[in-house]
Amino acid sequence: MDFNKNNKKERAKSKVNGRRDSDRYQHNLQFYSVPPTDNISLQDFEEYAVERLKVLKAVESVGVKFVKGTKDYYEALEKELKNTAMKFITKSVIKKEKDTTDTEYNDRKKDHISHFILRLAYCRSEELRRWFIAQEMDLFRYRFGLAGNDSNSIKDFLDTNNLNYTPIPDEEKENLRTELADSTYEKTTTFVEVTDYFKVPFTEAVDLVRSRKVYLSKGYAYVPRNELVSIILGVFRSNLSHSLAVTSRALPHLEEDDRLLPMLSSLSKRYLGQDYSNRKPTAGQITADMIDLLSKESFPLCMQQLHQGLRQNHHMKHGGRMQYGLFLKGIGLSLEEAMKFWRQEFTKGQTDPDKFDKQYAYGIRHNYGKEGKRANYTPYSCMKIIMSNAPGQGDTHGCPFRHTDADLLRQRLQAMAISKEETDQIMDSVKGGHYQVACLKYFQFSQKPKIEPTWALNHPNQYFEESRRVRTGGHTSSQPKATPHSASLTQSSTQSSTQQSQGSTQATVQPEDGFDELSLSMEEMVAMDGMQ
Amino acid sequence: MYCKDIMYISVSKNYFTHREFSFTLKDDIYLRYQSFSDQQDMEKEIQKRCPYKIDIGAVFTHRPKDHKTVKAAAFQAQEKELVFDIDMTDYDDVRNCCSGADICPKCWPLMIIAVKIIDTALREDFGFEHLLWVYSGRRGIHCWVCDEQARKLSPNARSAVAEYLSVVKGGENQTKKVNLYDHSIHPSIQRAMKVVKTCFQDYAVKKQDFMGDEERLDKVLGLIPDESLRKHLREDYGEADSETSSFKWQALKQRVEDAKTLNKQEWKKSWAAVEEIMLQYTYPRLDVNVSKGVNHLLKSPFCVHPKTGRVCVPMDPDNIENFDPFQVPTLSQLCEELNQMGGTEDEKKRLKDYKKTSLKEPMQVFEDFLQKLEKTWKGKKLEQSDMKREF
Repeated sequence: MDFNKNNKKERAKSKVNGRRDSDRYQHNLQFYSVPPTDNISLQDFEEYAVERLKVLKAVESVGVKFVKGTKDYYEALEKELKNTAMKFITKSVIKKEKDTTDTEYNDRKKDHISHFILRLAYCRSEELRRWFIAQEMDLFRYRFGLAGNDSNSIKDFLDTNNLNYTPIPDEEKENLRTELADSTYEKTTTFVEVTDYFKVPFTEAVDLVRSRKVYLSKGYAYVPRNELVSIILGVFRSNLSHSLAVTSRALPHLEEDDRLLPMLSSLSKRYLGQDYSNRKPTAGQITADMIDLLSKESFPLCMQQLHQGLRQNHHMKHGGRMQYGLFLKGIGLSLEEAMKFWRQEFTKGQTDPDKFDKQYAYGIRHNYGKEGKRANYTPYSCMKIIMSNAPGQGDTHGCPFRHTDADLLRQRLQAMAISKEETDQIMDSVKGGHYQVACLKYFQFSQKPKIEPTWALNHPNQYFEESRRVRTGGHTSSQPKATPHSASLTQSSTQSSTQQSQGSTQATVQPEDGFDELSLSMEEMVAMDGMQ
Repeated sequence: MYCKDIMYISVSKNYFTHREFSFTLKDDIYLRYQSFSDQQDMEKEIQKRCPYKIDIGAVFTHRPKDHKTVKAAAFQAQEKELVFDIDMTDYDDVRNCCSGADICPKCWPLMIIAVKIIDTALREDFGFEHLLWVYSGRRGIHCWVCDEQARKLSPNARSAVAEYLSVVKGGENQTKKVNLYDHSIHPSIQRAMKVVKTCFQDYAVKKQDFMGDEERLDKVLGLIPDESLRKHLREDYGEADSETSSFKWQALKQRVEDAKTLNKQEWKKSWAAVEEIMLQYTYPRLDVNVSKGVNHLLKSPFCVHPKTGRVCVPMDPDNIENFDPFQVPTLSQLCEELNQMGGTEDEKKRLKDYKKTSLKEPMQVFEDFLQKLEKTWKGKKLEQSDMKREF
């Protein structure tokens, strides 16, 4: 460590410590309602962002491997978070201490600042915003849960943040005793008697309403204390969602030299992995006639299902057209070939060519960014397919491991020359809720030659590309063969290895050599975030 | 030539000029972002273009017809009624009489059930008051929730409301689409069950004969999770064709009831089998995507359906049993009724002549709905003038 560096560190430290606002950071958990107004160095800016990103990635990977809310999930999450540079999150306690120590103050400040930096990086598109909000919410839920049943601290925390919830009076609760018991998950009237219930407008308990886990009357939701976190999360989510939308609209107007924006955009790409939106077609253009063969060889089960449904019914409903159409775009099917493909199939059925042009052609062009606001729609990731847009009556889309009855799925797998033992393994993963792991096993058992994948699956187009690589011995791919860092299946390391093999930006962050320590004013960020 | 009664628009909305409409012209030419400065402007445009379908969209930050002059990010949908769309096609797996775009008196009761359940739920659970139910002209119904609070809902809240009202879930690969967990049934579903129970015997057993042959019987039994219970039932039934749906259904209900006291194992898995079957066969099936978007466009009431000629008339939810989609006036019928009246060519008089045609009743429903809505603003205007006076 040379002298200069020490000096910089010291100066940086003193800057952060310099001014302590006694009103701020009283609790370890925060709502991030007000942007920070401090000065930090450009280096810290990048460092904080990366550290928080690692935290969010850890949250995401644990969420994929374990069912959220279970003991295993919390244990794994705690372990992963302790491995990051922000491990103070895990010893989170909402309780307000009389005197916040300097370390605690600085930790919380870092928490605050890093969150706002990532807002800048992740506000730019719908997909990014959704991802960011989802991880921040899971993180918040975890941290809030650490307060346990300490209702005094919780009340204090809520009051400080202007969230006032008072329980309903006993007589009201008595009148609604049976209704409340019937609508609260696994709870009896005894539980109702001893638990506080809060009456809030249904718009503040959206998640509980969505899953019908709450009693509603005349527009109000009656929420038991143990579900209070859901309400608070709802508030958290809507504030964050609104702020991100505002930030994203303000971003183009930012008077910025080129310090922040390039770094922010590379940040979001780097850790989110490929979204398969701007793929150059794989060597040898994909044409409509190739699809039948490709579907048998290299499509994941969800896309095979959609393809078979299409061939059988000569039709596909909207949800399926989106999921399948965008996937085909991602594998390299051009707009002309796509038109040919869909038209050929639809006109075999009840759609005459005129009707096809009027009703369906527009949608296909829209997917390719040739209509409307000309957005370049990205093919759906596994997360999106599993979690949103569930199939309804007449639909063949979705994730087969998630959206198929177990016996039917088992039957189908065995009909595809998957042995009984292999099917059992796949069904085990399905039972545990690990749909992407199940799909990866299917990959392992169905590809020829059989290989054991060393990567984690999170996108149907990724499945396709990996399969092509296996089937063609890696020769047709214009990129060098994948050289994974390690054989383990942890998300973060394999993500970066997949990216490295595809020649994109490096996975680790290195501060640039010879850069100046500029004092970056946070006012720039405040100006954007504060614009209401 | 297609015409539409557009009176209500100027009456019901304060922000008419920023409302998006879309026209579907001959040859399926679709024009979005239509907006008008007043009722006359709109009438003129409609007469000029002769759209054969008019959709209503959201109220935007700027006049939709000027949207190209505004920066994309600044032109946003701000408010729109919360809407629901129920389409008979979504019940194809549980109705035996028709499929696709066809409907008949045997399956229409599904719509009656849907209106009763959804109307009550929207009022009782969500506190909404201003609901306009409209027949879509062919195979479905729409509901427009026009409360101020409803119009301001976020897409997230809209989809939550729609999902709260969704009980039948699952695609082609999921046979059992209703799963009630937890040994207690949510009060909203309990309320819906009451409606279903009053209609089920007549609709499912009589009209649909839903256990009438081997195929139909298999479908129903496929929804019972417990294998031994299924076996017992098959034994009860003997020769499937020889017994009626009524008998079989009664036997099924009895078996499940008996399991409560006689066979704990069966009961554990099938405690809600009867309810789940009834719900899968009758509970309303909404299209969540229609309700979710703030800028989703939906066909306007009083349009004429191009394939059936029927007018998309409002329905009275309190009198829904008496609504007959096959008696809904068609355009040609109305033209004839108007022609028969003969007399003056006075345009103004013509407009109010609808009272003498078959449109009288639906218009009454509509006017009642509007009157209630108007009262809410009158209340607000008084509030505002009070405040001004205090100042």
